[in-house]
Amino acid sequence: MRLGLSESEQELQAGLRSWLGSALPGLPDPPAAEDWAGRRRFDTDWQRRLFDAGYAGISWPRAYGGREASPGEQLVFLEEMARNRAPNIGVNFVGQLHAGPTLMAEASEEQKALHLPAILRGDHVWCQGFSEPAAGSDLASLRCRATRDGDEYVITGQKIWSSFAQVADFAEVLVRTDADAPKHKGISWLIVPMQTPGIDVRPIRTASGSSEFSEVFFDEVRVPVTNRVGAENDGWRVAMVTFAFERGTAFVGEVVEAMRLLADIVALAKQSGAWADDGTRAEIGRLAALFDALWALTKRNVSEAAHTGMVGPGGSVLKLQLAEAAQDLADVGRRVLGPAGLAIDVVGGPGGLDGRHVMSERLRSLGLSIGGGTSQIQRNVIAERLLGLPKEPPWTSR
Amino acid sequence: MDLTLTPDQEDLRDGIRRLCEGRFSMARVRGAEVSDGIDPAGWRELEDAGVFALRATDGLGLGVVEAAVVFEALGRALVPGPLVASLLAGGHAAGPVGLAVGRVATHLPGASAVLVVEADRATVVDATALAGTPVQPLVPVDPLTPVSFVDGPWPAGTVIASGATQVARLRAEGTVLTAALLTGIAAAVQDLSVAYVAQREQFGRPVGSFQAVKHLAADMLVRTELARSATYVAAAHLDEALPEPARPVAAAKAVAGDAAIRNSEAAIQAHGGMGFTWEVDAHLYLKRAWVLDQTFGPSHEQALALADLL
Repeated sequence: MRLGLSESEQELQAGLRSWLGSALPGLPDPPAAEDWAGRRRFDTDWQRRLFDAGYAGISWPRAYGGREASPGEQLVFLEEMARNRAPNIGVNFVGQLHAGPTLMAEASEEQKALHLPAILRGDHVWCQGFSEPAAGSDLASLRCRATRDGDEYVITGQKIWSSFAQVADFAEVLVRTDADAPKHKGISWLIVPMQTPGIDVRPIRTASGSSEFSEVFFDEVRVPVTNRVGAENDGWRVAMVTFAFERGTAFVGEVVEAMRLLADIVALAKQSGAWADDGTRAEIGRLAALFDALWALTKRNVSEAAHTGMVGPGGSVLKLQLAEAAQDLADVGRRVLGPAGLAIDVVGGPGGLDGRHVMSERLRSLGLSIGGGTSQIQRNVIAERLLGLPKEPPWTSR
Repeated sequence: MDLTLTPDQEDLRDGIRRLCEGRFSMARVRGAEVSDGIDPAGWRELEDAGVFALRATDGLGLGVVEAAVVFEALGRALVPGPLVASLLAGGHAAGPVGLAVGRVATHLPGASAVLVVEADRATVVDATALAGTPVQPLVPVDPLTPVSFVDGPWPAGTVIASGATQVARLRAEGTVLTAALLTGIAAAVQDLSVAYVAQREQFGRPVGSFQAVKHLAADMLVRTELARSATYVAAAHLDEALPEPARPVAAAKAVAGDAAIRNSEAAIQAHGGMGFTWEVDAHLYLKRAWVLDQTFGPSHEQALALADLL
């Protein structure tokens, strides 16, 4: 056990700090939340700069142009990026962290050559078409169907919760190719160019007012059979393979940002006088301890992954507790703001408090216990896979 | 950075676990109630295994991490006796060393000496020197942890920490080892509960198949893992002499105290009616967790102390 950084981790940290020191000051201001063309340009430009500096694909194998950093180095990289307030991964998220790794593991050489370099350089933006209105937690019950017509699939159905679909070039889409097979056995994984006729993207307005998610409608959308990754009806396994790439770093940025939000809330509480209240300080101290523990768990997960190649039990644990702690934290922020938290578009509420950041986090945090597997599903996973408790018998009828 | 246990640390953990499984069955642990919360034969075996000389430079000379690994295993087995103070006082007294902070002493009667921790010094006071000091034994909430109020000044003893810096260091180490015991308790009641709900049947199926019960168990694992993570990091922080140790130490104690208490309460709940009996062990873990939560400051005080560092 060693908490301090290794030599290679220190080297990466020093090099990255120095590069960020020169790269960040010249960046333009981030575009407005709803300026999607601007956001795509901003995020992909940043990805290109990472690529040119040798920092793109930090976790990707060298064979695909990545840096193939160890899990510990990946942690250092993500921590430094977040601490220095470098732009986050933004619209490159699905390509970098999900579609890309899936292609590496399962795609043909032609598919890899066509897509991986473009993802790494920030040329192509990807989105995900997995969830459906009637297939959320029970994803494998998805119904969007693809039927063979010669050397094409014809896709008809609806997807939902596709992040950044309005600016994506490609989608990774799970479709039902065998309606008669058991639900996990009749699914295929397709690459769908978003410009294909018959695709309709309709952004969703979330409870926080943002529009990063969309519904995507497919009306007889034709893609070549060669766009399938993996065998027909083997798409469920293909979709799950990405999890094997997880090295415990998935929530590094979230944890670092939560710790920064905590510091912001402490500053607001000191400014407003709320800091004099023992209850407020005890609650903030409790959350600080919890985030320190989450950070410690992150390091344990990453260390475990470095030894075994797998994250082990920590992934669901981290996701579950992080969501709750982040919600609790943002709510302390809301209480500290008091009436200043009632408006989200003004600088300086009563006493000159600027609560815009805190309130936008309060709203965003509502989704943390839902997206990427609800907290209830995470608890089922922990109880069944880690503690070995029996599955609940399937529902039959009332 | 590598927060996994080394093979040596794993061997140490496994060795202590085996010792505990062999020597500290729950029947044996409960038996210590009639001997002032100490199992004399078991205590000698812990001494022989070097548990209290782990940190001594003329003993095993191991780090806080190794000590935490050992103490987690001891906490898991609910080993009775003043474990933390006896390690901190290692070499300055023979036999179990109780702990006194303020006017409250634990393991009096029973201990052969007391570690008295004050603001600017810590002393080991021999129990025989307490003859003239009014010690008022109380009925303890944890049947295995005697508690007394001590009135009047402490008699002189051997000073083992002098000045605020040395006392802070001693307290930091004691706090981390207490967090390790608490982590062990959190893990033990988790195992106890999972085993019970997997076999207890109602409505024709194991109650552990119901999501309401499963989620209780899942939350226990979450709290145990967080407590263990924070405790390891705090221990490594001390071993590597990294700056500003107060924060990770307070965080570990706050999280581990919360984990042990809430998991023990959840264990009582998971056992249903049986959980409320003296016969089922869950209450013994909860009561020990209450004792250890108080040791070197309860969770909410740790949280306030941590807030002062922000």
